[in-house]
Amino acid sequence: MSPGGPAATVMRSERRAPGQGLLLVAPALLALGALTLYPTLWVGWLSLQRRIPIFGVERFEGLGNYIFLATDPRFWKAAQVTLVFTVASVALELVGGVLVALALRGQRAGARVGLSFLLLAWALPSVVTAKLFEWLYNPAAGLVNFLLGGVALNWLGDPRLALPGLILADVWRTLPFVTVLCYARLLAIPVELYEAAQMDGAGAVATFTRITLPLLRRILLIAVLFRTLDALRSFDLMFVLTGGGPAGTTETLTVYAYRSLFQAVQLGLGSAVGVVVFALVMLVAWGYLRALRHEGLAA
Amino acid sequence: MLLALLAYATPFFWQILTSLKPEAELMVLPPLFPSRLTWEHYRVVLGQSVMLRALINSLGVGIITTVLALGLGIFGAYGIARYPIPGKALLLLLIVGGTAFPQIATVSPLYLLMRALSLRDTWLALILANTSFALPLVIWLLTGFLQEIPVGLEEAASVDGASRPRAFRWIVLPLLAPGLASAALLTFLFSWNEFLFAYTFTATEASRTVPVALALFPGVFEVPWGDIAAASILASIPPVALVVGLQRYLVRGLLTGALRE
Repeated sequence: MSPGGPAATVMRSERRAPGQGLLLVAPALLALGALTLYPTLWVGWLSLQRRIPIFGVERFEGLGNYIFLATDPRFWKAAQVTLVFTVASVALELVGGVLVALALRGQRAGARVGLSFLLLAWALPSVVTAKLFEWLYNPAAGLVNFLLGGVALNWLGDPRLALPGLILADVWRTLPFVTVLCYARLLAIPVELYEAAQMDGAGAVATFTRITLPLLRRILLIAVLFRTLDALRSFDLMFVLTGGGPAGTTETLTVYAYRSLFQAVQLGLGSAVGVVVFALVMLVAWGYLRALRHEGLAA
Repeated sequence: MLLALLAYATPFFWQILTSLKPEAELMVLPPLFPSRLTWEHYRVVLGQSVMLRALINSLGVGIITTVLALGLGIFGAYGIARYPIPGKALLLLLIVGGTAFPQIATVSPLYLLMRALSLRDTWLALILANTSFALPLVIWLLTGFLQEIPVGLEEAASVDGASRPRAFRWIVLPLLAPGLASAALLTFLFSWNEFLFAYTFTATEASRTVPVALALFPGVFEVPWGDIAAASILASIPPVALVVGLQRYLVRGLLTGALRE
C-alpha cells in the first residue's frame, strides 16, 4: 500500500511493459471477479427481490426488504447482539492478548510452548471450538461447572448466560492472534529502553504506559481492525454452539441472514441482511483506514 | 503465565481425555479421570463412513484449493509487485477489501451460481468458493514477500543472459519459498476450517467436509459426547500437525498479512 515502495520498483524495471503485468494478473482478477465481485453485485440485486412462496419465483420488490428490516424487532435485536458480541469480544481479547504477550516475553523456553498452545487454539476449525465449549459448558458433566465448585449453571440454555458463554469461547479462540502480533512487536523493543527507564526510577506501571503501550499502539490498532471485521462477520461459532438461541439471545446478524436465506427460504430478505453486514464491514474498514492515515501510520 | 498456559492447554487435554473415556463414565463428574482408557469412540467414528469420507473430502478440497490459489496468486502477485499496471492502487485496495468480504454476503449468489452450474455437492463448488476468499490473502501476502526481494537480483540475471521466466524460476522462486510456505499454510488451514460454504453447498457424504460432518453429528436422543470428542480430535490433527511443524511460517504469514499497510 505504500506508494513509494512499488513505484520505486517499477521505475528501476522500466523496460517492463504494462501489458505483460496485466497478463500475469488477469487470471487472478478473472477468478476474483467471477467469485467475489460478481456475487457481491448479485447479492445487491437479490436483496431487492421478494420471493412469492406459492410460485417459487422472485419478484422485484425495490427497497421493500430494507423497509421491512427497519421495522423488524428481530433484526434490531440481532444488530444489538452483534454489537455486544463484537465490542465485548474485541475488548476482552485486546486486554487479554496484551497481558499474555507481556507474560510470554519474560520466558524464552516457556514462550515457545505457550505460543504453540495459543496458535493451536487459533488454528482449530471453529466448529471444533464450538463442540469443545459445548461439552465444557455441559450442565451435568461439564468441566466449567465442576471447576466452579459443582454449580448447576445451564450456560448455553440460560438467556442471561448464553451470550457471555459465547463471547468467552470466541475470546479463547481469537486472543492468540492479538498475542502473536504483540509478542512479535515486544521482541523488537530494544532492552536499552527499559534499562534507561529503570535507571530513571520508573515503576512497572509507568514503564508500561510510557514505553510499552505507545510502542504497541500501531500494532494494536491493526489488531483491532482485523478482529472487529472478523467479529462482525463471524458465523460458525454461534451457529454451531448456540444456533442463535436461547430465545434469540445469541442470534447475530449473520445467523439471522443464514436462517432467512436457507431455513425460511427468503432469499431476498436474507440477502438484504447480508448486504447490511457487508456495509458494516466496509464502513469499519474505511473508518479504520482513515484513522490510521490520520495517525500517519498508513499511506 | 502459567495461568494462561493452563487456560489454553486444559480444553485440549479435556477433549482428549473425553475421547478416551468409557461411555458409562462420561456423564459424571467427579471423578475427573476415568477408571480405564478405551479406543471405543474412535472405533465408532472411523467405523461409520461419514467421518472417514469427510476427512478425505477435506484433505482433497484443501490441497486443490491451496494449489489453485497459489498458482493464480503467484503470477498475480508477481505482476503487481514488478510491473506497472494502470489503476494499481485501486486494484490493491480491491484485493485488500477482498480479504475483508463477509462470506454471509456472497453465500446466496454463490449458492445460486453453483445450482445453475449443477455443481452442488461437488468438490469443485467448495474449491471455487474457498479460492474466492483465499486468493486475495495469497496475493496480499506474496506481494509483500516479493517486494522484499531486490529487483536487482533479477536484473543481474538478465544481464547474464537469463530470460525473465528463467530468472524467476531460479532466483525469485527459491527466495520466495518462505512466503509460499506461509501462504500455502494459511490457505490450507482456512480451507480445512471453512464451514459456511461447505455447509451450504454440500448435501451428502460425497462432498461433506470435516467441520460439516462434525456439526451434523448424529445424536437424536442422546448426544454421543465421547464420539464427538473423538471426531473433534480427528478433525484437529491436520491443523495441529501444521501448527507444530510449521509454526515459524504461520507466525511470519500472520505478521506479514497484518503489518502490510
